[in-house]
Amino acid sequence: MKYRSVFDIIGPIMVGPSSSHTAGAAKIGRLARSIFGRQPKRVHISLYGSFAETYKGHATDVALIAGVLDYDTNDPRLPQAPQYADEAGIEVVITTEDAVPEHPNTARIMMSDERDEMEVAGISIGGGKVEITELNGFELKLSGQCPAILVMNHDRYGVIAGVTQILSGQHVNIGHMEVSRKEKGKMALMVIETDEKINESIIDEIRALAGVNRVLRMED
Amino acid sequence: MFRNVAELVALAEERSCSIAHIMIQQEMEVRQTSRESVIELMTRNLDVMEQAVARGLSGVSSHSGLTGGDAVKIQQYIDSGKVLSGETIMDAVSKAVATNEVNAAMGLICATPTAGSAGVVPGTLFALKEKLQPTREQMVDYLFTSGAFGMVVANNASISGAAGGCQAEVGSAAGMAAAAITELAGGSPRQAAHAMAIALKNMLGLVCDPVAGLVEVPCVKRNAMGAAIAMVAADMSLAGVESVIPCDEVIEAMFRIGQTMPTTLKETARGGLAATPTGQRLKQQIFGDQTTK
Repeated sequence: MKYRSVFDIIGPIMVGPSSSHTAGAAKIGRLARSIFGRQPKRVHISLYGSFAETYKGHATDVALIAGVLDYDTNDPRLPQAPQYADEAGIEVVITTEDAVPEHPNTARIMMSDERDEMEVAGISIGGGKVEITELNGFELKLSGQCPAILVMNHDRYGVIAGVTQILSGQHVNIGHMEVSRKEKGKMALMVIETDEKINESIIDEIRALAGVNRVLRMED
Repeated sequence: MFRNVAELVALAEERSCSIAHIMIQQEMEVRQTSRESVIELMTRNLDVMEQAVARGLSGVSSHSGLTGGDAVKIQQYIDSGKVLSGETIMDAVSKAVATNEVNAAMGLICATPTAGSAGVVPGTLFALKEKLQPTREQMVDYLFTSGAFGMVVANNASISGAAGGCQAEVGSAAGMAAAAITELAGGSPRQAAHAMAIALKNMLGLVCDPVAGLVEVPCVKRNAMGAAIAMVAADMSLAGVESVIPCDEVIEAMFRIGQTMPTTLKETARGGLAATPTGQRLKQQIFGDQTTK
């Protein structure tokens, strides 16, 4: 079931005017920033479907930028997010796309700075609830409601076992896990949602595993 | 965990308790937390709703100028003593409008279940506050009851205008409110389910066609009518009227209607009222050459 908490229905407390196109957009932006791990220098946001058609009226672009700035849905600074982004020296580009997305409320966020570059896609499914659906071309499903780690690894035997062994050794329970790859034997992505918080030492341990390229951590 | 309205009603009947109680219990399990902390979270939502109603009743205006001030007009009309349909209904209407006027003005609201449909549940609740004088605890319960029914809709159909049209937003809100009104007024869980079914049936097929893509026209007035329908549906159910089509089947019908609804009528601002000459003119006026697309 997609909706498990009554506060997904009665809530969130938010700055108007739209739960899906304003609050949801802010959440997608904030999750993207959390995956990126810090404030990016450049942000390119592409809007699809209903987001592309009605973003001005709903301040969807403003809310996405607010999210990238790490503002919550009820942050009074949300309506002025573009100004704050400008003051923080972040280069922001917003474009609308004609391609028909799988979900009508889709945004794709490309973030970069001198160290890194990342592309995250998210959907807003209603009432302020969102899912991250893509990371650097890998399909995934992430709600952002639990702590999570994203592991990019070489697609070969033993890597998944290595990661889960480290987690079990640290008494971390996995609530949801999925693996995906674009091509057999090349790069793969592991998405692991956990019940407990994952501290930095666990992340370092996973990073040191053979076959692991990159580990990203998301806090809830 | 209840998956549909039938299971929700059965759970409440088995345990001889309210729908609100079932929802609170489930939330405690999902969050692994105490009753107090769940109640506290919901009380915070109630406070925000109350503040939004008060702010709307003091008069607000949106950035575009399309909406604002109608909640005040309706309150003044009620005070004139000339109301035809019923003072509690018009009070609910005015408080629903107040909430959505604040939302349109980018003010702080609580989404119930969405921001565009945020007026119906608090509008009816704060009108009944005058009529039934509920305790704060009963008002919080009202939100849990609404939430329980809303969760069933969200999981089995949709609460998104982009996915299911306005029937999924204001329709769901009207159903949720109708059920909560019924329970607050002393109706049984079964009567609450019938009230929801009656309200939602009368919202089926409602499209999402916001002028200029703004959550203003016709959203604010749809919340007004959503509140009125919720009140009437609750009254009918409390009178003993039952929905011939069971609530879960009405929800299923809403889902199917939403799936077959053309995208021009699902929050794209390309059809319905958005596409009327006046709708187009307003869009041009507000955004000039920088149209929404």
